[in-house]
Amino acid sequence: MREIALLFVALLLPFAPGEVAGQDGEDPKVWDTGKGYFRVSYESRLHPLAINRIHAWVFHVETANGDTVNDATISVTGGMPNHNHGLPTSPRMTQSLGEGNYLLEGMRFHMAGLWEITVIIEAGGQQDTVVISLTL
Amino acid sequence: MTPRRRKMFGLLIVAFVALWVWWSYGPRTPATWTSADLSVLRSLSLDSLPALPADPSNAVADDPRAAKFGHRLFFDTRLSANGAVSCATCHQPERQFSDGLPKGRGIGLSGRNTPSIVSTAYSPWLYWDGRRDSQWAQALAPLEDPVEHGGNRMQYVRFIANDPDYRSEYESIFSPIPDFSDAARFPDAAAPIDDSQINAAWQSMSASDRRLVNSVYANMGKAIAAYERLILPGHSHFDDYVGAVLRGDDELSRTILMDEEILGLQLFIDEARCIECHNGPLFTNNEFHNTGILSFPGDLPDRGRIDGVRKVLADPFNCLGDFSDDRNRNCPELSYVRTGIELVGATRTPSLRVLADTAPYARKGQQATLADVLDLYNRGPLAMIGHNEAEELNLSRRELNQLEAFLNTLDAPLATAEEWLKAPK
Repeated sequence: MREIALLFVALLLPFAPGEVAGQDGEDPKVWDTGKGYFRVSYESRLHPLAINRIHAWVFHVETANGDTVNDATISVTGGMPNHNHGLPTSPRMTQSLGEGNYLLEGMRFHMAGLWEITVIIEAGGQQDTVVISLTL
Repeated sequence: MTPRRRKMFGLLIVAFVALWVWWSYGPRTPATWTSADLSVLRSLSLDSLPALPADPSNAVADDPRAAKFGHRLFFDTRLSANGAVSCATCHQPERQFSDGLPKGRGIGLSGRNTPSIVSTAYSPWLYWDGRRDSQWAQALAPLEDPVEHGGNRMQYVRFIANDPDYRSEYESIFSPIPDFSDAARFPDAAAPIDDSQINAAWQSMSASDRRLVNSVYANMGKAIAAYERLILPGHSHFDDYVGAVLRGDDELSRTILMDEEILGLQLFIDEARCIECHNGPLFTNNEFHNTGILSFPGDLPDRGRIDGVRKVLADPFNCLGDFSDDRNRNCPELSYVRTGIELVGATRTPSLRVLADTAPYARKGQQATLADVLDLYNRGPLAMIGHNEAEELNLSRRELNQLEAFLNTLDAPLATAEEWLKAPK
């Protein structure tokens, strides 16, 4: 009986909710913002993500309860913590795509290595921040 | 000290010196490439270079007729104030389109080193400070620089209009040239440049007449750019080596590069950290970095990109401007350009594929040889203005020599048909 229950759980695992597809070849990722107001995920429109190519990201924003957030303003800064320099561009949110999705244009990375992207989200009178790390 | 001890001491010194000589000059065998290394090598190979990127701001970028017209303009010394300076005066094909001088010399002495134009079609930014955002916008600037060609746009467009050959060539590619014969509307010399008389003449013209002149002038730049797009780097020993390594042909690969060159390549992608900026098949990220290069003797420190950003945004011939052929004004690099204190003293990362004939190096030719450049990076001095991003490397003399040996393996003839590498008949 115990084996059957474990098998049942194992079969259900792939359908576990709450995860959104991230980059190519990486585990799906969702980040909770620092104060816990929002949950954020992103998808690069450049596949696979590569250096020296300007491209767009789509951010998906939900509340902590999983409700999509459609009135958010997103701003982004970033850089390489080991190199003490920032992004080579000034990316901006240019469009709200609906269903909690936002287009951020002007992303580019000009070096391989560890990058940190600081995402600031404002919605419903609340502001919160999350730092997303990625290695190119 | 007894004689026996003296002898022992002497032997010890000899042994120490022998060890040092072996350590410094003895044979070294390069380590085997890891799979991560192979991926990096592939990324640097010219075989990974993507197709020439489109330039939507230039409708004739890939028009062979425009390239032919641009080729003629590029070598024509009549496009100057004294009839003696052409683009090819500084961008000499036999020197991989540079001039071998610390600073360019046209009508007078330029403020900066002449950068090669090889593979600039791949760069979103032109000039050391990136003050232009396309080959065609760049081509227009030296024509009016008082120390380069020293002329003015009114002079140039009238020259094209009055030369039957050029006029017919221009009109077959673009559109009929406006009538510039009315001296009251179109002065002899007019342009928005520092010369007060020529500037005043330009300001006295109507906005619509200025636009007519600017359109023909922009088209001249677009034709020159169509020619410059053909100037591309060729396969080097390094590329042949990477090809052999990726095919797993170790025996062949060892015949292409020597051990010292391979050791230099390993330093390049690892300990020396050159690859951080000199990445991709053109060995440049086309970005702007302050690497602590000292000023040219007697010159104030160069502010670099921080001024370049301001200038490219103000350039009427930029991708977002009225003379861009991109109706959608899809100009992501310019639209999302950054500024900020990091850019003080920063200059564009040059490609390393044209090193052999482009000395002296750096924005003002401060570094006479490759060894000088490597020595500077090895020391990582404080920047005169801004912040030096490059940290000192502390490599040995031997390692610096290995790096230099590797860099020399990038030398190759251009992948451009011979007819384009000399003045047109």
